[in-house]
Amino acid sequence: MTLQNAPPPAPTPGAWARLQTASTERLHIRIESFVVLILLGVIMAILSPFFLSVSNFLNILLASSTIGVLAIAATFVLSSGGLDLSLGSVLGLSGVVGAAVAVKLGAPMPIAVLATIGAGALAGMVNGLVITRAYVPAFIVTLGMLGIARGLALVISDGRVIYGLPPSMLYLGQGRPFGIPMPVIIFLATAVIMHIILAYTRYGRHTLALGDSETAARTSGINVGWHRLTLYTLSGGLAGLAGLLFATRINSGDPTAGIAYELTAITAAIIGGTNLFGGRGSILGTIIGALIMGVLQNGLNLLAVQSYYQQMAIGGVLVLAVFIDQYQVRKESRV
Amino acid sequence: MTLLKIDGITKSFGPVGVLHGVDFSVDAGEVVGLIGDNGAGKSTLMKIVTGIYSTDAGSITLDGRAIDGLSPGDRRQLGIEMIYQDLALARQQDVASNIFLGREPTRKILGMRFVDRAAMRREAQKMIDRLGAKLPAINRPVGSFSGGQQQSVAIARALTFDPKVVIMDEPTAALAVREVQSVLDLIRQLKAEGIGVILISHRLNDVLSVTDRIVVLRHGRTAANLVTSQTTMAEVVSAIVGGDDMAEAAAHEARG
Repeated sequence: MTLQNAPPPAPTPGAWARLQTASTERLHIRIESFVVLILLGVIMAILSPFFLSVSNFLNILLASSTIGVLAIAATFVLSSGGLDLSLGSVLGLSGVVGAAVAVKLGAPMPIAVLATIGAGALAGMVNGLVITRAYVPAFIVTLGMLGIARGLALVISDGRVIYGLPPSMLYLGQGRPFGIPMPVIIFLATAVIMHIILAYTRYGRHTLALGDSETAARTSGINVGWHRLTLYTLSGGLAGLAGLLFATRINSGDPTAGIAYELTAITAAIIGGTNLFGGRGSILGTIIGALIMGVLQNGLNLLAVQSYYQQMAIGGVLVLAVFIDQYQVRKESRV
Repeated sequence: MTLLKIDGITKSFGPVGVLHGVDFSVDAGEVVGLIGDNGAGKSTLMKIVTGIYSTDAGSITLDGRAIDGLSPGDRRQLGIEMIYQDLALARQQDVASNIFLGREPTRKILGMRFVDRAAMRREAQKMIDRLGAKLPAINRPVGSFSGGQQQSVAIARALTFDPKVVIMDEPTAALAVREVQSVLDLIRQLKAEGIGVILISHRLNDVLSVTDRIVVLRHGRTAANLVTSQTTMAEVVSAIVGGDDMAEAAAHEARG
């Protein structure tokens, strides 16, 4: 039994092409994004004498940690072919819920932490239920949740910032074991765990396949509805974790925290090589994406460039990243 | 011995009745052609067999066991595989990921189960070699392959887990002449291995050359159940179109 298919002439790949393949296969990242990050770092190091230092690197990581956790959530949802526009609002809601539980109810720290993450997961689960059970498009559902979660945060807090978290909670946002900020530790630990899940477990492989072709996933026996529900719950839970980092860093539950953060998170994921329409994504890539934005902002800050220009730079990088990506995809695919 | 048995399947999509009490069966080592005009209900019937659609009434048994309530994944586990007309491949994933989608082998590291990529790649390569398919590389996204190569991946996916019944929906529609011959050879090979094959095809010459039996659906009912060796193109076409205009239709079919 022979299926004859004429093999195309196999070109011997050059060193660069081999590097591309190896990085895609082994690390699940596009080598280009890593090169851009390094180049950016080198440029900043040349331009500013303050850039190359451990404390500045920790600053970059600290500034990237909240967005980084949100970007991990965005990567999972986007690579499954979904979309979560409510990330920033859920971050805000979770922080307010956590602060209210800790300050107004005086609950012990573990309860308040669970309430913060749980509030996010619950909001995400509601998203997932409406998307998978009522068949409302994810764009609409999460856009609705963007408004609902933000409004609910304002209702719970009566529109005011809830100050004065207990010290045990503040440690999560302000502690520095071994000189490393806690948010950085939590962010990197989350990244490692989620990278392993997305790249090396059946759950992760099914997430990518689902984003690639829902038909393929369904006919392969994957429970598509359940899988999507867990993804949105996970996304909400991660937004809750980001809300915890945010609130404990600024020592308050701010109902206006995280406005428009979902767009920054999605930007980081896409700069890192996640396909906006699903089927491809990696957490390591997303971290590189978040760091590219972090280095850009940090460097321009050090160079005392007005922040308006930073926004322009990040917008430009986003379009450039997708251009490079599309160029690659078109070269190697018949889509 | 009857392997797959379908009794009195009825299915409507809203007010539209698609199947009205269809009976169908396949024996082990039997190749059955399932044919009929567009909209006759062929694909719907097969998607009911694989569990993608539920039934309104009727029963399905595999090896005498009722499988009506089982999920598509469970039915695959029991040995029902389908090669879809659109192939249902995940185009950005590589060959091994597609072949093992939903059934990835895992190994335990520190109590957690991780996908065993090395085993997947090894087994995928074995299957591709067994089929004699020529793929540019096993670690490329299947979206970068030609139609015939993608077909090979879809077939490999269906055959990797020792199926009992293989359903092929228009497997030759998009293929070059030489590739059609290899698919037909493959069907004969599956038959020799004792696998039940259901072939959905509009290419009646293929159906007549490779099947043992031909079931014709018309408007959601079984219009004919013919033994291939005792029937003719004219009789098959007549069953498809429903008797009227038979001579003209047969002439049209003969012209190809």
